[in-house]
Amino acid sequence: MSANLYGVLTLAVAACFILALKGLSSPKSARRGNLIGAAGAFIATDLVFFSPGMTHNHKWWILGAIAIGVLVGVPAARKIQMTQMPQLVALFNGVGGGAAALVAIVEYLKLGAGASTADVVATVFTVIVGSVSFSGSVITFLKLQEIMTTRPVVFPGGRFVIAGTLLGTLGAAEWVIHSMGNTSLLVMAALALVFGVLFVLPVGGADVPIVISLLNAFTGLTVAASGYVLQSTLLIVAGTLVGASGTILTRLMAAAMGRSLFGTLFGAFTAKPQAAVEGGEVRSVKSGSPDDVAILLNYAQRVVIVPGFGLAVAQAQHTVRELADLLTSKGVDVAYGIHPVAGRMPGHMNVLLAEANVPYEQLVEMDEVNPTFPQTDVVLVVGANDVVNPAAKTTPGCPIYGMPILDVASAGNVIFLKRSMRPGFAGIENELLYDPKTTLLFGDAKDSLTKVVSALKAL
Amino acid sequence: MSNGLALLSIFVLSVFIGFEVVSKVSTTLHTPLMSGANAIHGIILVGAITVTDRANTNLELGLGIAAVILATINMVGGFVVTDRMLEMFKGKPRVKKDVEVSGGESK
Repeated sequence: MSANLYGVLTLAVAACFILALKGLSSPKSARRGNLIGAAGAFIATDLVFFSPGMTHNHKWWILGAIAIGVLVGVPAARKIQMTQMPQLVALFNGVGGGAAALVAIVEYLKLGAGASTADVVATVFTVIVGSVSFSGSVITFLKLQEIMTTRPVVFPGGRFVIAGTLLGTLGAAEWVIHSMGNTSLLVMAALALVFGVLFVLPVGGADVPIVISLLNAFTGLTVAASGYVLQSTLLIVAGTLVGASGTILTRLMAAAMGRSLFGTLFGAFTAKPQAAVEGGEVRSVKSGSPDDVAILLNYAQRVVIVPGFGLAVAQAQHTVRELADLLTSKGVDVAYGIHPVAGRMPGHMNVLLAEANVPYEQLVEMDEVNPTFPQTDVVLVVGANDVVNPAAKTTPGCPIYGMPILDVASAGNVIFLKRSMRPGFAGIENELLYDPKTTLLFGDAKDSLTKVVSALKAL
Repeated sequence: MSNGLALLSIFVLSVFIGFEVVSKVSTTLHTPLMSGANAIHGIILVGAITVTDRANTNLELGLGIAAVILATINMVGGFVVTDRMLEMFKGKPRVKKDVEVSGGESK
């Protein structure tokens, strides 16, 4: 294939990616957009085998490696539970960053002494940022999978260690650029991997999605830098698109949580250590039976359901819809109050409830639902905690301080369906649980909802 | 215009396109959009294939193959998982999904 033809065809693929992102920005065209992107990626992968300058020396190795990748990636993506999707995306992002770093390392081995400074700098950039994205994503995965603690991990002098690692990485980069040696490259990659870990450790659980988005943008930029070294327009366009859109998305997400990106990343260092939750002191909470809850709901005029991660864990989206339908048939006005970052990812709840075919118009976003709480008789909080925690307003210095919340405290009654008294993902005690107008129903969200539904039918 | 400058121009223009296409997106679609963008950077697969093809030593070949595997996982898995998320936005008849999720109740 001639270089010109190849160039034109890859330009078409780049256009596919632009259309894909455009499509993904609107609910109606989102699925089509994703398919266009997939088609573009498929075409590009085929085309590269016919690109000018291909030797085909290792064709079978490459095809075998692709087969392995497909055999690992597709089942993982198909079998994953909706609840675990955020960590899967984090993991996919991490392997992408790792791939970019490996590509850059191979390029580096070939560059030789005659390489231009720009190429070396772009390569070094890719190795560093790709490694950070890889190790950072692995930590976000471990946090979301709850293999490690979801709380911010802070150790004495942490910020100096992090700053030191960053300076060390940059110093090693300088060394690589001057020496062009292999040892220096290994040292630099290792430092970058450590930096990726340190950089994500202090981020509190609730902020992890923002970090995933940021690392996603990072990986995009590494792909663009690889494109510069490999002289591939396609990689530059695709990588830059992801880098730019990922940056915007990260800002949108941070804005949805009412915090600056800086605060998200470094907040754990500046926050005062929380006063330990009064250990030992037993505070009374009011816990109710499914029948109590059913009665409260039955005689309400307006009910707002606030779903959270607990709903996702219990896979209770269908049961919650059944309850809502039942209430609607009894003449109760039902809406869902959707916090933008409820669950583990922005929009998580929308995806989940859409799966249960909850009517779109019943999903009310935070800004619209908040003014209606004073006229709401009952708020049913299903497995959410941080997004309704008044500490975000009242306790300066706590990890979620400043995050806009669903103002459920102004409603007549609040019912919490919770597994236990354990605090939410961000690890902060919720004062609302002790409020006299709060009723708690302990247990798995799906079980509890099923019991409430049958109690309601019996009324 | 030198080749490097041409590539740089493409980079700058792409930044603006990237900002432009996602400047307005509802929170509903944040997750699928992030996931879709994640799949798109799996295109590093093209770079991984190119460097593996040109590998001269076993070290280069080994690293290249690892890169191809990782990039394929990123790309293919990314598009599939995004499609699964978006599938749920479609108003499909409820019955089939219900049976699937609850492990086949009565139907």
